[in-house]
Amino acid sequence: MSELSEVTCVVIVAESIVEPRLLDDLVACGVRGWTLTPAQGQGPRNRGVSEIEGGSIRLDVLASDTVVERIWQLLESDYFHDYAVSAWSYPVRVLRTDRYR
Amino acid sequence: MTLDLIATNVFSVPVLAFALGLLAAAIKADLRLPDAAYQAISIYLLLAIGLKGGVALREADLAEVAAPVAVAIILGVTIPILAFLVLRFLTKLGPVDRGALAAHYGSTSLVTFTAALVFLESLNVSYEGYVATLLAILEIPGILVGLLLAGSMSKNSAGADASSQRRWAESLREVLTGRSVLLLAGGLVMGVLTGPEGFVRVEPFFGGLFTGVLALFLLEMGMLAGRRLGDLRQAGFGLVVFAILFPIVAGVLGIGGGLLAGMSTGGAMVLGVLCASASYIAAPAAVRLALPTANPGITLTASLGMTFPFNLVIGIPLYWGIAQWLAPVLG
Repeated sequence: MSELSEVTCVVIVAESIVEPRLLDDLVACGVRGWTLTPAQGQGPRNRGVSEIEGGSIRLDVLASDTVVERIWQLLESDYFHDYAVSAWSYPVRVLRTDRYR
Repeated sequence: MTLDLIATNVFSVPVLAFALGLLAAAIKADLRLPDAAYQAISIYLLLAIGLKGGVALREADLAEVAAPVAVAIILGVTIPILAFLVLRFLTKLGPVDRGALAAHYGSTSLVTFTAALVFLESLNVSYEGYVATLLAILEIPGILVGLLLAGSMSKNSAGADASSQRRWAESLREVLTGRSVLLLAGGLVMGVLTGPEGFVRVEPFFGGLFTGVLALFLLEMGMLAGRRLGDLRQAGFGLVVFAILFPIVAGVLGIGGGLLAGMSTGGAMVLGVLCASASYIAAPAAVRLALPTANPGITLTASLGMTFPFNLVIGIPLYWGIAQWLAPVLG
């Protein structure tokens, strides 16, 4: 088997209303793919309107350190203040590293 | 307004389903309509209303429809401005939250409208079939006027920077191409094109099942509204007064406008209900995109937690009583 390499997984949980905008922004950051699933839960501010339409979404993105840095800057400048968004990251090991760089 | 009218309304299956939803929320029951079912039901209701309205529109005289449409547009612009001004006196809310509320109260509630039709049908009162056209028309201007009011009065949210412009563009797109307008307008066109002969083939589904499906939707709305009732304390007395009294004022304006435009008593009452109702589907999405600093806790508590239950239980028979009272004067 080929050797496993490390990339970073960024998980973003957001109110679904921002989904189209967030996906456009992630592509602009250099993200080439993601996994999107419905999510449920509650944040500390409970400011979203998601309970009525669409719920929340969870995005799992695997990316290089450079792209991950851009994602954090994007979330900090455009999303965290106004929208119900949480995010975290952790290192993961993958085959075919080129898919995520 | 007699007690019989209230009883007819309250003891209808859709309103009782709403009450069951409220109870389920109060006792924290493990009851929830799956999201996919909720989406499918809302698509069904919008398309059914649009289709039936389109069939009626095809048979209506253009001259007969023109005046009510003009009145609806005027009301769609006037009511959010009025709400914005009234909120300034009743609450301490800033312009962004007042604009957000104005957008909600300027737009309409499909379910309140539908419940009003079911109420009139239970009383065998006729109304103009094209009222669905007025619903589609009233969806849009109220939201836009509310957003513009918030923007023009608030330096923070109306900045000319790129991100602000982007938010407005996204919000405008949400309003104009969102599910509500697309399905209502699309259903109207389909109804006009297919006519009564074409509608007969789908009538068992879009007509016969309609009230039952509405009851399922109201069960879910009852649970959503029930969860908002807990937020009433943070709303403040002024907002509670607004959420109950403003719909009556807007309803009277709608009824009066409808009668002056030549509508029947039933039709004018439906226009009154459209003006009295507050949006909790189209407006929250548009407001969230354009005015992210507005607090949805305030707008949803008012529109969904207070105005919607009030209209559903008391407002609908009240507006019918007002319409009957005003009809000899203005009709």
